[in-house]
This record gives sequence, C-alpha cells and structure tokens, in this order.
Amino acid sequence: MSTFYFIAFLSIFFSILVISAKNPVHSILYLILTFFTFTIHYILMNAQFLAIVNFIVYMGAILVLFLYTLMLINLNKESEPVKPFMVKIAAVFGGGILAVALVSSLKSLGVSDPVVLKNPELGLVKNLGKVLFNEFLLPFEVSSVLLLSAMVGAVLLATKDPKEPKATI
Amino acid sequence: MELADIAIKFGLIIIIFLISLVVAMYSTYAERKIAAFFQDRVGPNRAGPFGILQPLADGAKMFMKEEIIPTNATPFLFIVGPSLAILTACIGSAVIPWGQNLVIGGRTIPLQVTDINVGILYIFGVVSLGVYGVMIGGWASNNKYSLLGAIRAASQNISYEISMGLSIIALLMVTGTLSLGEIAQQQHGWHWNVLYQPVGFLLFMICAFAETNRTPFDLPECETELVGGYHTEYSSMKLGFYLFAEYINMFISSAVMATLYWGGYNYPGMDWVTAHTGPAIGPLIGTAVFFAKIFLFIFFFMWVRWTIPRFRYDQLMDLGWKVLIPLAIANIVVTGIVITFFS
Repeated sequence: MSTFYFIAFLSIFFSILVISAKNPVHSILYLILTFFTFTIHYILMNAQFLAIVNFIVYMGAILVLFLYTLMLINLNKESEPVKPFMVKIAAVFGGGILAVALVSSLKSLGVSDPVVLKNPELGLVKNLGKVLFNEFLLPFEVSSVLLLSAMVGAVLLATKDPKEPKATI
Repeated sequence: MELADIAIKFGLIIIIFLISLVVAMYSTYAERKIAAFFQDRVGPNRAGPFGILQPLADGAKMFMKEEIIPTNATPFLFIVGPSLAILTACIGSAVIPWGQNLVIGGRTIPLQVTDINVGILYIFGVVSLGVYGVMIGGWASNNKYSLLGAIRAASQNISYEISMGLSIIALLMVTGTLSLGEIAQQQHGWHWNVLYQPVGFLLFMICAFAETNRTPFDLPECETELVGGYHTEYSSMKLGFYLFAEYINMFISSAVMATLYWGGYNYPGMDWVTAHTGPAIGPLIGTAVFFAKIFLFIFFFMWVRWTIPRFRYDQLMDLGWKVLIPLAIANIVVTGIVITFFS
C-alpha cells in the first residue's frame, strides 16, 4: 500500500510540473514521467498487458510525436502571443469556478471503497484475450479495422498522384 | 524466494550485463577489422597482438578527453540524453532466454533473468523508449544539426516500429504466446520459426537495422549532411555512451532475432548432445550455439554497413510506409489463411 501512495504522489507531483513548467519541451518530458508512473500503477494492479501497452503506445509513440512537433515549432519568448488583459481575467474567473465546483463535489464523496476483483489475474494477457475475443469480439474487431484503415489512409495520403509532375527536391 | 535464488539471479544479471558490455566493446574492434577486410586494409594492429587491446585504448581515450557542455545547451538534459540511451540499451536483455535450465547439484538455474508473459512487448517498449535518448540529447545540444538528427531519429523510429509490430503479429499467430522463453522452447531442435515466417523475419530484420540506426538507415547521424547528427556537440564519455549504446543495441537486437526466428539456443541433435554430456554441460553448449548465432548476426550488421550505401531520406520513408507496411499486412493475411486451412 505504501508503494501505491508513493507512486501516486509521484504521479501528481509530475503532473503538476507538467502544467507549471515554463518550457514546453520540459513539460512534455514531465508528461512522459507521469505516464511512466501510470505504467507502474498498472503493474501494481497486476495488469501487465495494460502496463506494457501504456508504455509502448503512450510513452513510446504518442509522446514521441508530441516532442517531435514541439521541437519543430519555434517556441521562443519573443514569438509567444501576448494575451489581452480581459482574456486573462476571464481565464482566472473560469478556472476559479471550476476549482469551486471540484472542491464542492468532494463533499459528497464517500470514503474510498476499492473494488476487489473476483479474479486478480484478470490483467494477464491470457485472461484479457479471452474476454476480448468472447464478450467484446465485435467492438474489438471493429476498432482494429478502424485503426488499420487510419494507417492505410496515412499511406494513401503520402502516395503521390502519378499524373502530377514530380516535385523537385 | 530463498536467499540462494536471489543471489543466483543477481549473479546472472551481473554476468549478462558484463557480457553485453564486453561484446559491445569488442564489436567496435570487430567493426574496424571487418571494415579493413572489406576495404583491403590491415585495420588496428598496434595495441597488443592483432590490435586486440584497441577497445581498451579507445575506452581510456574516451575517459581522458575533456568534458564539454556547450554554453547554449540545457545542461541537465544534455547529460540525461546519453544516460538514457545507454540505460535503455542495457535493460533490453532482461527477458532474453540465454539457454535451457541448468541443473547443478540438484538445483535448477534458469538462464533467463525473468520470463514475463509479455516478453516480446517488453522488448518492443524498450526499443520505442530508446529514441528518447537521441531526441533529448539532440534537442538539449541547441544546435541545428543535432536537432535535425534528433527529428530524423524520431520519425524513422516511429515509421519502422509500425512494420516491426506488424511483422511480430504474424509471428505471434504462429507461436501463440508472447513469452520469449516459451517461443524459444517451441523451436526445439530444428523447428525454427524462420522456416514458417521467412517474410516476417526479413521485415523484422530490416526494421531492426532501422531501429538501431545502422547503415543503410543511419540518417540521424549522417555525417555527410549533418556533421555528426544528434551527437555533434558531444565529447568524451558522453559521446562514448551514444556509440556504445548503438553496439549494445546491435547485440540485443541480434539476440532477439536469433531467439524469435533462428531457434535461440536450439540446434539439431540437441537432445543427443544433452543426453551424452549431462544437464550441467548440455544447456551451456546450447548457450554457446546461441552466441554463435548472435555473432553471425552482428557480422551481418557490419557486412551490410560496409557494403550498402545510405538511403536518401525520402527513400527511407517510402520504403518504410509504402513497401514494408503493405508487405507486413499481406504477410499477416497469408499467415492467417494458412493457419485456418492447413492446421
């Protein structure tokens, strides 16, 4: 349990750093660390497959793309847009209202009541696969076709029209 | 777990770590000797007999050189970059089965640090993490060439990861497990997966070349265009870490290829050999065979490097997206059809 509290503390700590970091690239690096702590949470819950998928997909692919995009954009202090005073006031007001709503919702919360899994090994690949291919076969297959078509679409976009004149490099 | 078991595990980890470092060290020597052979030269021959102490001399040189952190660099991330590169290179070996279980004095010693049931995905995750070392180092250098190298590394890794994952899916359909230990066991004798998945192996190997940034895919450090790519600003042992990480990656990816497709520690007639040499020596012979396969792959990596010229960047992307991905998807479909109708 103490491991959980330590990792949970780290998750929150790094996610606060994500929003408070001045440099956008630093904040992405903190986001990577945040996702890494999520991976540890999954391992603590014995969900190995989810842990490793979180690791590969979020840390290994999506955040690399985030970092990639941020490196390409010129993010100097000079090019930072200066926001009007009224927008800043509105942002503070909106954020304050959200904070009030969140704090007031805390009042109605009960004491945490952890759900005990019937099968603690549910997160292992074998059991997860059985659930996915029996109970949720249709949504699983449909989403796999969706992802595949997105990938094929990306290749198709990159393929040049043979009639068009070749771009000179 | 008993104390003795923990001690054995710990010893195994240290041995594997040392072996990877020594193999990486002597890969640099082998690379230069092989390059010399291909170009009809002699190669390093001054330090010790046949130049065998050359890697030690290189290492000493790396440590002695001046540490330079450029004025405009981000100091912390500048150091994190190479550290992350070497860290991700070293942790990949944790799930590789180096041999069958040893039996010494009634105690069974598994020659694999951990057999987690998502072994392949773990390797895949470590590979995808490897790019951060290059990206962070390239960005923190605050140099345009370094940044270009880092960006190339990122786009190259992401593009080739897709076809690598797709080629692994076809393999998983054949083996039915994600654990590297079980995959190695299934290939007992000569039932090597490369016989069932030749196209998958080819795809995986090309992607492994791209993920380790080896020629013909070494565009992130392409010296004719980018000075030194992501490690332009690096000096001393930080540069050494980047170069070293590349050789460790080469070793680990050779080991993964040998395990997944070329039978790992299995070889024809292994049962006969084990029966005649006993359960303490037999598995060690298997391990020796495994290392022979790994060295063959490392030699192949070097052979390709000194034979094939580098791709142009658009050719690299074309190959990844328009050739390898369709081929990998076709491979999955054909594998599925064959499994459905013939088994």
